[in-house]
Amino acid sequence: MSLYVFPPGDDPGPSFSGLLRLVQPAAAPLERPGSEGLEIRHATTIVALRFGAGVVMAGDRRATEGVSIAHRSIEKVFAADRYSAVAIAGAAGPAIEMVRLFQTQLEHYEKVEGTALSLEGKANQLSQMVRSHLPMAMQGLAVVPLFAGWDLARGCGRIFTYDVTGGRYEETDFHATGSGGRDAKTTVKLGFHDDMSRDEAVELAVEALFQAADEDAATGGPDPVRGIYPIVATVDVTGFSRLGDAEVAERFAAVAERRGSSMRRGTSQVSADWPGSDGGSDQP
Amino acid sequence: MTMPYYVAPEQVMKDRAEYAQKGIARGRSLVAVTYDGGILVVAENPSRTLHKISEIYDRVAFAGVGKYNEFDQLRVAGIRHADTKGYAYSREDVDARSLANVYAQYLGQVFTHEMKPLEVEILVAELGRTERDNRLYHISYDGTVVDEQETSVLGGEAETIAGRLGQSYVDGWALAEALRGCVACLAGPERVLGANDLEVAALSSGNGRRTFRRLEGEELTALLGA
Repeated sequence: MSLYVFPPGDDPGPSFSGLLRLVQPAAAPLERPGSEGLEIRHATTIVALRFGAGVVMAGDRRATEGVSIAHRSIEKVFAADRYSAVAIAGAAGPAIEMVRLFQTQLEHYEKVEGTALSLEGKANQLSQMVRSHLPMAMQGLAVVPLFAGWDLARGCGRIFTYDVTGGRYEETDFHATGSGGRDAKTTVKLGFHDDMSRDEAVELAVEALFQAADEDAATGGPDPVRGIYPIVATVDVTGFSRLGDAEVAERFAAVAERRGSSMRRGTSQVSADWPGSDGGSDQP
Repeated sequence: MTMPYYVAPEQVMKDRAEYAQKGIARGRSLVAVTYDGGILVVAENPSRTLHKISEIYDRVAFAGVGKYNEFDQLRVAGIRHADTKGYAYSREDVDARSLANVYAQYLGQVFTHEMKPLEVEILVAELGRTERDNRLYHISYDGTVVDEQETSVLGGEAETIAGRLGQSYVDGWALAEALRGCVACLAGPERVLGANDLEVAALSSGNGRRTFRRLEGEELTALLGA
């Protein structure tokens, strides 16, 4: 490797992806995939919501390949930098690569320029990355990230969503995406209110994932047998922090406790109506 | 056709070295030392925004003296080298030695082939997993690399300052002690340097993945005064 010094006209400045295209085109993200119809890994449900003093982001741990489970403990929620988080849904391979590039880009900018990008700047940067991925998205390898962070200048948590064309939309309160995103979003929508505390927001995010996993086959629920729990993280004025597995497990147990009784009742009613089941055995 | 004057290569090199040394001597000096929590770099720099010390990677820092635009270009190139390497391979594969080598090659190349040598002296510091693995690479304007132990001094008055530091350096001293020691060496017996005249940063294992941290404002004043 040599020292990358460029004449003023060709200098990529603090852009890491620009630098990569110049010096290591092979390592730069693929813009044209080889063939169509591949069975590729998909990452599924992610959810983000705002609370009074920050944002919560959560994602399940399942990756699927067609109808089979490809990975049980994939991570979909990442710290983009100290004050922001990014979560991914869609084709897992390119999505994780995009996150890695995004993380490097933010740190690269911060080091070269001596100051970190604004939250808006980070959101726009991610938008450009999603847009440059469009040719692959057209062939079925769509990556749809969710970006959230603490805006140091405004002093509030903000959430940004994207579409495959790189379109960037700011959400005021919450969003969920991925295959179980619809169920997760409905759950959040019903439970959301202004000025939620961190605890309430974490609980709502956990419940949203619980409901998504209940309805969507591609979304993984809590897995106490293997000790695998969804990732829940918060970003507030102190920065990004990921909740410990023990705390997440506790919260899922609480949700299961609360929701479980109604689910069990549903099951026993059905079985009572079946002839030959325990409920009907004493009938002549 | 006029023939160019013959100038002996020795003379050319001497002239260039003198030119570079003069340029470097115009700026203020810089000191780096190891302490019980990592590596401390202290520079005399009245500017709050034009830095002499900078983060390169998780465990690697850069410091430069001399002409600002020249060492800043090297600083950015160093960040590029480290980030592309870490992205292509892994974060653990980025080290100070390889960076010091490419810096040395570049500086050597410019010194012998360009009209004007770079008027800079730079330091590449790496925080090791253990104290024994700490690295301080001191690279001169002509590409000479010196792998220094425990302390390194850059700048025009390097010899005088190194002399003072040699006497006051204590193996395994604490942060505040190390800082005050460095500042005293930079200032010399006749001057007093305050927080506003200094740029201070540390590579310290207590800072998480990115070990680089600037010590500034109230924290610096408190450390200096304690």
